[in-house]
Amino acid sequence: MEIKVVRKVLDVNEKMAEQNRKLFAEKGVFVLNVMSSPGSGKTATLEKTLSYIMPEIKSAVIVGDICTSNDADRLAGTGAPVVQVNTDEFGGDCHLAAHVIEKAADNIDLNDIELLIVENIGNLVCPAEFDIGEDARVVVLSVTEGEDKPVKYPLMFRECDAAILNKIDLLPYLDYDIKETIHNIKQVHPDMPVFEISATKDKGIEPWIEWLKGKVRGKQGKD
Amino acid sequence: MHEMGIATEIVEIAIASIPDDIKNARVERVNLKVGKMSAIVVESLRFCFEIVAKDTLLSGAKLNVEEIPVVARCRECNFEWTVNKPVFTCRECKSGLIDIVSGRELDITSIEVVEE
Repeated sequence: MEIKVVRKVLDVNEKMAEQNRKLFAEKGVFVLNVMSSPGSGKTATLEKTLSYIMPEIKSAVIVGDICTSNDADRLAGTGAPVVQVNTDEFGGDCHLAAHVIEKAADNIDLNDIELLIVENIGNLVCPAEFDIGEDARVVVLSVTEGEDKPVKYPLMFRECDAAILNKIDLLPYLDYDIKETIHNIKQVHPDMPVFEISATKDKGIEPWIEWLKGKVRGKQGKD
Repeated sequence: MHEMGIATEIVEIAIASIPDDIKNARVERVNLKVGKMSAIVVESLRFCFEIVAKDTLLSGAKLNVEEIPVVARCRECNFEWTVNKPVFTCRECKSGLIDIVSGRELDITSIEVVEE
């Protein structure tokens, strides 16, 4: 006997993500989901980002890793409240799911912040599949990773609203064609903004900060 | 990479979908739609499903996967095409404003149940 089901396999996650989205909307908190491969400089990018936008925009961070609190320790130096999620408690997951964010957000005073940044697990595949209730998604790619990453991982670059191309200070030492990378990003997601930055050398940060501030203010109806 | 979690969800949804009036039900087959742009490796999913289904009402059940191609539609000129390479620019008018019509599915469409 065939029984019609017609359900999304990720139904539970999507419902939880909607709950998160509703809670964040009630509190007027803009949620940014930051994704990348391991070692692209997500944490350095966020340290730099926070140093630019705080205290003007009150921010907090949820940082996901399979193990260690190294990133949380670094980000705490910015003065923003930081919650570390280690997914080994959740089976060593390769991504942050909506229920993990719900639990982590419990440890943050949402009444006191305007921006919640989620630093996802370093992985260009799985996090793209899981809605966490965010308002925008950003992918960080570094120039040491190869020009073809956007076409190798098209889902990630389709799902994101902006791309940050990090470590541009290393370009003089690399056999790397940044134009090809940008061409590949635009193939996958033609209207996506791309910000070329060096987080550690403090280069090209302003346009990215302006984009982010515009998004946060937009949610608050102040743009 | 998260196929084990997906397999677990499939088993849970399938068990919850068995009508109460069927006694001693066993699920023989789960029909699934998987879009080609979902982050799922079908062979890994099958492997995980077999393990997770063991000792449940789905033990030995077949996972029937219909792979759904990626189809895009241009918002400017309404041209629709199957995306075989990761290029999301309209082939007709070169616009970058496109919608993904299909290819992101990860849906259970039905289960096939027998009464023992």
